[in-house]
Amino acid sequence: MIAIGLEGSANKLGVGVILQPAKGGPAQILSNIRHTYVSPPGEGFLPKDTAKHHRAYVSTLVKRALAEAGVRLEDIDCICYTKGPGMGAPLQSVAVAARTLSLLWNKPLVGVNHCVGHIEMGREITGATNPVVLYVSGGNTQVIAYSSQRYRIFGEALDIAVGNCLDRFARTLNISNDPAPGYNIEQLAKRGKVLLDLPYAVKGMDCSFSGILARVDELAAQMRAGTLKDPVTGDAVTPEDLCFSLQETVYAMLVEITERAMAHVGSSQVLIVGGVGCNERLQEMMGIMAKDRGGSVYATDERFCIDNGIMIAHAGLLAYRTGFATALEESTCTQRFRTDDVHIAWRED
Amino acid sequence: MISTTSIPQREAQPFLPYPFTETQPPPHLVTQGAEALLYRTHFLTPSTAAALKARPSKPYRHPTLDARLTKQRVLAEARVLVKLSALASDPDNEVKVPAVFNLEWDAARKINGLTEDQRGARRTTAAGAWLLMEWIEGKSVKDLLREWDSWFMATGSTASPEEVQAQVEAVKRLLRRIGRAVGALHSKGGVVHGDLTTSNIMVRPATNSSTSNGSAAPTIDENAQADDMPARPPNFEGEIVLIDFGLATQSVQDEDRAVDLYVLERAFGSTHPRQEGQFDAEVLQSQEGYRGSYKGANVVLKRLEEVRLRGRKKSMIG
Repeated sequence: MIAIGLEGSANKLGVGVILQPAKGGPAQILSNIRHTYVSPPGEGFLPKDTAKHHRAYVSTLVKRALAEAGVRLEDIDCICYTKGPGMGAPLQSVAVAARTLSLLWNKPLVGVNHCVGHIEMGREITGATNPVVLYVSGGNTQVIAYSSQRYRIFGEALDIAVGNCLDRFARTLNISNDPAPGYNIEQLAKRGKVLLDLPYAVKGMDCSFSGILARVDELAAQMRAGTLKDPVTGDAVTPEDLCFSLQETVYAMLVEITERAMAHVGSSQVLIVGGVGCNERLQEMMGIMAKDRGGSVYATDERFCIDNGIMIAHAGLLAYRTGFATALEESTCTQRFRTDDVHIAWRED
Repeated sequence: MISTTSIPQREAQPFLPYPFTETQPPPHLVTQGAEALLYRTHFLTPSTAAALKARPSKPYRHPTLDARLTKQRVLAEARVLVKLSALASDPDNEVKVPAVFNLEWDAARKINGLTEDQRGARRTTAAGAWLLMEWIEGKSVKDLLREWDSWFMATGSTASPEEVQAQVEAVKRLLRRIGRAVGALHSKGGVVHGDLTTSNIMVRPATNSSTSNGSAAPTIDENAQADDMPARPPNFEGEIVLIDFGLATQSVQDEDRAVDLYVLERAFGSTHPRQEGQFDAEVLQSQEGYRGSYKGANVVLKRLEEVRLRGRKKSMIG
């Protein structure tokens, strides 16, 4: 069975075509393309401009995805789109595109939860069977484990998401948003040496990032004023050191809450999904922790970690095969859509 | 945080810091959580049982950050325990915690002036921290309620209604005492536990206690009648002792106290579905439970209603 997926919950517009063999077996990715709205350095992406970007590019991307996949329209079983969570305006523009295609091609619609899309794609690509999932992106920070047909949230960020913290600090430092602010922070952090004291805010399996951002912003202001010195050597602190300190602190928090969830549910597998999941330092730290627990870490590369259309197609098709479809009148989207609201009918365990 | 859930075996030897590597008989590993390992050992004399909470250093963390966190956490836990233990002389005190015997926040540290030789086995010990505490005899409330459940399943249909009623009352009395103990922790102690579950609440049999004040400890006479039953109902007699203060903070905020109660309520509901219906009435609302335990309890319980509505989970965007 073949599905086309449209994703546009944030600044990435993604279209993917997936084929799931009817008899089971691994899914085939026929095409997976993405176009990102990049805002200028020092600025975030605004919903209005992002929606405009998605509207401008969606038909081109759909055409390209179909051409690349080499499928005929009649082979496509359903059209999957992101129902939420995400930014309102970009979600709406993609939902309108999905509805238009549905009427144009006379195909059923499937509304997909963005987080479930990430989890299912991560499981499909890595082969992790029943992992504890760390979902970290610009909008979400959740530790998730599966139990009786729900992805249950064990811990999450109590205020801003970890990716949002990194993105906003990139704005503070005026780092380029191309290809992604987090990627550029990671490159700077590789050259950082000094670990500055930042707040460490873990409460049980939850964590908080807004205080850390406020503190590191303060330190950045001191650095620019030339008053920030390394407490040990007395050398001036560099932007590289700040990025290094920020990464070490927030990733240690993420690994800690994940470890707690693993101990709680008795699992030794961990799967990292979401845009921040591309970060190699996070993957490395998680790997050390998992090895210590006699387990292993599963992570994917930027094609599947960063928002994409294929994961929406994949999760949508899984639901469609259990008989789920979204009627045109109900094909809305929503900014708030929790991971544990979705009934995972396709998993039996 | 000590979790009772079993986890897959680690490849390496479990963390055991010096000088406990030299202890005879060797400490016995009781449970292994995400952050710490709990051993049973002894202190000074073999007859003084002690609990060793060992926090291994986390290799994934930057060493500076790791040292800072490990030290902060072991000290915070010890400070809370010492603060609460100091209440023991108060005759009305209802919050009992393990006494602190000793601690080390950097097991592998160098001591100035010592030669390599003098450092001895300390030299090879793995990095981490440890806290040595009084060993609490008795059973956790979780185990006791589970035992009660199996007694009820085995004999509930054959026992007389009066007998069942008496046992239900015994459970209710236990729940009210838990409410009082948490109330005393919040008010007299000025501490929120941070991880209240029924595994972290112990019932220490009265015989082992020298400070039992008898005010809140009911006796259960019904045990005598239960002799011919296939299983005896558990004995709830003894004093309530709170353990595992790894996530505790010193706070007198209504919000923190309400969240503490909410954590207990959620944990209780998922662990003891049979007694879930009694939780609110006995632990929280009873005059012999949390509500009656101190003056500000009403305000905290009011706040708890807000916390419940809010839930722990907000809807997230993105």
